[in-house]
Amino acid sequence: MITKRIIPCLDVRDGRVVKGVNFEGLNDVNSPVELADYYSRCGADELVFYDITASAEGRALFTEILRETASRVFIPLTVGGGINTVDDFDRVLKCGADKVSVNSGAIRNPNLIREAALRYGSQCVVLSADVKRVDGQFRVFARGGRDDTGMEAIGWIRRCVDLGAGEIVVNSIDTDGVKGGFDLEMLRAVCDVVKVPVIASGGAGSKEHFTQLFRELPGVDAGLAASIFHFGEVAIPDLKVDLRANGILVR
Amino acid sequence: MIAVIDYGVGNLFSLCRSLEAIGQEPVVTGDPALLRQADKLILPGVGAFQDAADKLRATGLDQVIKEEVAKGKPIMGICLGMQLLFEESHEFGVWEGLGLIPGKVVTMEGVIPAHYKVPHIGWNGLHYPNGVRHPLLRTVEEGECVYFVHTFYAVDCAGAVIATTEYGAELTAAVARGNVMGCQFHPEKSGPVGLGILRIFCEGTWAAQ
Repeated sequence: MITKRIIPCLDVRDGRVVKGVNFEGLNDVNSPVELADYYSRCGADELVFYDITASAEGRALFTEILRETASRVFIPLTVGGGINTVDDFDRVLKCGADKVSVNSGAIRNPNLIREAALRYGSQCVVLSADVKRVDGQFRVFARGGRDDTGMEAIGWIRRCVDLGAGEIVVNSIDTDGVKGGFDLEMLRAVCDVVKVPVIASGGAGSKEHFTQLFRELPGVDAGLAASIFHFGEVAIPDLKVDLRANGILVR
Repeated sequence: MIAVIDYGVGNLFSLCRSLEAIGQEPVVTGDPALLRQADKLILPGVGAFQDAADKLRATGLDQVIKEEVAKGKPIMGICLGMQLLFEESHEFGVWEGLGLIPGKVVTMEGVIPAHYKVPHIGWNGLHYPNGVRHPLLRTVEEGECVYFVHTFYAVDCAGAVIATTEYGAELTAAVARGNVMGCQFHPEKSGPVGLGILRIFCEGTWAAQ
């Protein structure tokens, strides 16, 4: 049977891995290439590289780091951040990315999803949605969680799947950085309406949170986290032992 | 020399880097002369079967591959490249493949339970029919995981199946028939397990037993 995936996320700015709490207060953690290699060796099932660079120089540096990582790390790599056009897909795929995740770029131009899916296949197109509760509604946020788009999130996600998104990363802004567990309510609402793989993001603070995630929501395919892995609070080999002991299939 | 067949389909970056990581110097080429010189061929591919099969025919590479394989040259197909080894695919129509292995390629939809997600994406275990392990997979333990991304899979090829994977149904995961081999999964994305399979193919030690 297919296994549940554990995915460390590396936010990269100017060639370094950073991670903010609630998207603010970034601090340097490590070299992306070294960290990717380390995660790959200790059992990560996939890696997400998120480019949070604003400048053209930073973007070129990111592409170079991606190429270096993909030359050393032989597990699936997903790349996001600054993906606004099909040319952006092309740029990162040529450097070794296997999947490309879109967020603000798809909010500005939803047709980007369709164009990319037609050219590269749905399996290559990941929708990343930053979602937060506003007035009792799940709302989609843009620009790294800063702007309320006013769009209802579940409808947005469903629309993106119809356009050709092959996988969904649901990042709960409400639970991100809090380390109190994944946003099960939000994830359940997404799993109820889509048939493509769903990746849970935001809120993992311990091994138990992953067990809880996969136990309560069998429709979730993967758990994504950053700081708890980067700061060594949860070691992936231990996490896998724990999940296995709890009857959850992992690699 | 290992030749990675370039016929304008898919992204060959990771495949080439993984071959370099196991000490090979792969040549990415669509030049018939180079393909004829090569010791071994790798047929990659992602995307639609029809498009890929058309491109192989349009470039004449289908004939080059068939002739070289008939002379005994080893070939490994990966993902769509494996599916192209078969006689035909039923992916949105019926399309002719290379016919190097008897069998056909069909969708898993309708075969696997309706609540299973399609495509089959992720790490899944390899199982050996009747417990028999082909030398190509001798470094892979029963149940060890490799990385899959696919909707279609090979059927009616029982004699060639060397590994299956379980996804609500038993799906063909790897095939071999003499010097023709194929993996439905991506060995170049399957960590050390995948690199081990590529190494055995490239070094030719799958034929040692």
